[in-house]
Amino acid sequence: MRTIRASIIGFGSVGQGVAEVFLQKREELENIGLDLKVVAIADSRGAEINNEGIDLSEIIARKRETGTIASRQITGVEIIRNVEHDLVIETTPTDVETGGVGLENMLAAFGHGRDVVTSNKGPLALKYRELMDVAREAGSGFRFEATVGGAMPILNLAHDTLAGNKIISIEGILNGTCNYILSRMMEEQASYEQMLAESQELGIAETDPTNDVEGSDTACKLVILANSIFGMDVNYNDVDVTGITKITPEALILANDEGYTIKLIGEVKDDLIRASPRLVPIGHPLAVGGTLNVASIQTDLAGTVTITGRGAGSIETASAILSDVVSLYRP
Amino acid sequence: MRVSMDIELKDIPGQLLSALNPISELKGNLKSIVHHHEKRTPRGTIPLQLVFEADPECLDAIISKLEKNGVDVTRVDEKRFVEHGAVILIGHIVHTDVEDTIETIDNTGFAEVVDIRLSMPHIDTSSSASLKIDAIGKKELHDAITILRDIAVKKDLLVIEPIRAELS
Repeated sequence: MRTIRASIIGFGSVGQGVAEVFLQKREELENIGLDLKVVAIADSRGAEINNEGIDLSEIIARKRETGTIASRQITGVEIIRNVEHDLVIETTPTDVETGGVGLENMLAAFGHGRDVVTSNKGPLALKYRELMDVAREAGSGFRFEATVGGAMPILNLAHDTLAGNKIISIEGILNGTCNYILSRMMEEQASYEQMLAESQELGIAETDPTNDVEGSDTACKLVILANSIFGMDVNYNDVDVTGITKITPEALILANDEGYTIKLIGEVKDDLIRASPRLVPIGHPLAVGGTLNVASIQTDLAGTVTITGRGAGSIETASAILSDVVSLYRP
Repeated sequence: MRVSMDIELKDIPGQLLSALNPISELKGNLKSIVHHHEKRTPRGTIPLQLVFEADPECLDAIISKLEKNGVDVTRVDEKRFVEHGAVILIGHIVHTDVEDTIETIDNTGFAEVVDIRLSMPHIDTSSSASLKIDAIGKKELHDAITILRDIAVKKDLLVIEPIRAELS
């Protein structure tokens, strides 16, 4: 049995999902020879540390009841620097402007030779090369499947399962909020503003939906795909971005009359990285509805491979994180 | 451009070659030949049906070369626009000179706007339109949409074009 000592830095929806999934899958992990011990957890107000392993069901309950897990005033980055452990699970909120605390956490983790599994796109969209170089020099494992497409496997699919194929292009829907709004605008023949309000009420869109609806969330994911799968060296500013805020219900109806639906499509091919509303034929594999994500990977040998799945959600994102953890440490 | 052509050959050796050479000399790409040697026209010639891709500017030269070789051209049917595409525009479509938008595509010579449908729900709100564009080939359809995208930037219109899979 291999014991992995881990910290969870950021205990919002995704961090809690990770704790729940670790609890739920303890036996399965032991069956493949892994004993995952969470020795430290940090949220925005403080931290809990226990060298023998934190009781995960107690800590989840504490978070729900009191809104925080803080038992002492220690920050995430202090945990990364001072608590002895192997793996940092970085699930702080993303900052696409500066990389924020996530970037600091990741660099600190590599600085102390720790591995990192993250769902935090911002740092990767801004400083991909730098992070990869620092991780490589430190000999640290670094995985980030959860940053693109949530539960939908795409990075590991392209790298591992499709190994040997040349990836020619990727085209898909990488933002569930936009997909929901556009799908509902068509169904109800309602305005963008009305359907945005509905999705905010349902918790699908955030109070400030800018990142999603203006396309920057999709753009960040495209940058990660471009760098990781296509070996490019690009950042957020290299993406040609158009959001969905100008789409009218009339446009959706006209498109429908021609046999199309309108989706916010992200694409990477050659030197082109673009996020824009596009016409997708009704019945095409990319024409998925609701909050689903989808991606078509065009390869030289396997042809086109299309995957679809849930792009967000606490447990779904934790699924991608768990899969990264298992592939890092599986004996 | 795709051309379908009916020609008639004399029943003497070497005629088929003199019918096909002018096409290949002018870089035409032969798609199909239907040749029934046992059939005869009332004039005693052998009918032949050809389909080929060729540069529109070369078609007249191909026909005159054929006639010079003694081949009778009895029917020529050019199907110029073999690719069809649709795009959606959103914005102040009419007030930004819709006629100019359409003419810019039509003036390319390789693509045409063949249908436009407009929805203008209220004054002062954005209009939406669907445009059908025909073009002489996939590349030209793609080029026409790129031109439209450039016009749209100048006129502050949003162009929604088909996904890559639809255009390649």
